[in-house]
Amino acid sequence: MKNAPNPEFEADCIRRILGGEKQLFHDLIRPCERPIYFLLMSILRNEAEAEDAAQETVLKIYRNLHLFRGESQFRTWALSIARNEGLGRLRKAETRREDSLDALSDNQTSDFTPAILTSWREVPSKALEQKELAALLRQAIDGLPEIYRNVVLLRDIEEMDVRETASALGIAEGAVKVRLHRARALLQRSLAPRLKGFAPKRGKLFGWGR
Amino acid sequence: MRIDCKHVWEHISAYIDGEVDAELRAEIDKHLETCEVCSAVLDSTRNVVVLYADGRVFELPAGFSERLHERLDKVLAPEGP
Repeated sequence: MKNAPNPEFEADCIRRILGGEKQLFHDLIRPCERPIYFLLMSILRNEAEAEDAAQETVLKIYRNLHLFRGESQFRTWALSIARNEGLGRLRKAETRREDSLDALSDNQTSDFTPAILTSWREVPSKALEQKELAALLRQAIDGLPEIYRNVVLLRDIEEMDVRETASALGIAEGAVKVRLHRARALLQRSLAPRLKGFAPKRGKLFGWGR
Repeated sequence: MRIDCKHVWEHISAYIDGEVDAELRAEIDKHLETCEVCSAVLDSTRNVVVLYADGRVFELPAGFSERLHERLDKVLAPEGP
């Protein structure tokens, strides 16, 4: 797991920070930086805005540290502050976007059929040395409706479990599973046909039904 | 009971995460043995997830952490505001 949380270290850190060892806050927040930034990036879709919001979020976490009760993981609590910061900014900007927050619900009956293939040639992680591949993957995730993108970011990219993701996003665990399933289906459908060029070139090409 | 392709697709994400029960897993495995379409859909889905979850795909902007901790320092400094 990327930066797996360590509850004992966090609890000890928080006690000491509140006791006056303020500099320890640097170490406490470091493992949360990535998920905070990428969640805000997913909500705000603008690098500069997401970075500014991430800084504000971290300052809010510091100022409200005495309110953390240890009932959830520290990272979960930190991410819910990030989410509120992101949503607050969206509301202020009165941004009208195609995938605005209530435009999609879990009940919608879109087509989540995967891309149909009859064979698959594995694209190895080594292929990520090609910048175009990483860009293609980022674009595909960026193109997901927000409710799916947030879940993919926390579950698959930040490797958080279902419970923590649900808690950080303020949704039910069942919704996390449904959204993740749909997101992966949408990503498979958009990416699988475009990834074939990145598979190692050996053997006969078949199964793409051209 | 024989399960069909659509049924398999509905459970692909849970299957990848090891969240289907033993009975359903056995049915899916049996289906996969003879269905090349579902095998390819499963393999490609798993492959896509592994690729986009790689740390090189989503990287923090250069200098992000330094700028954040610099700003924090102003707040945390003993004689700070």
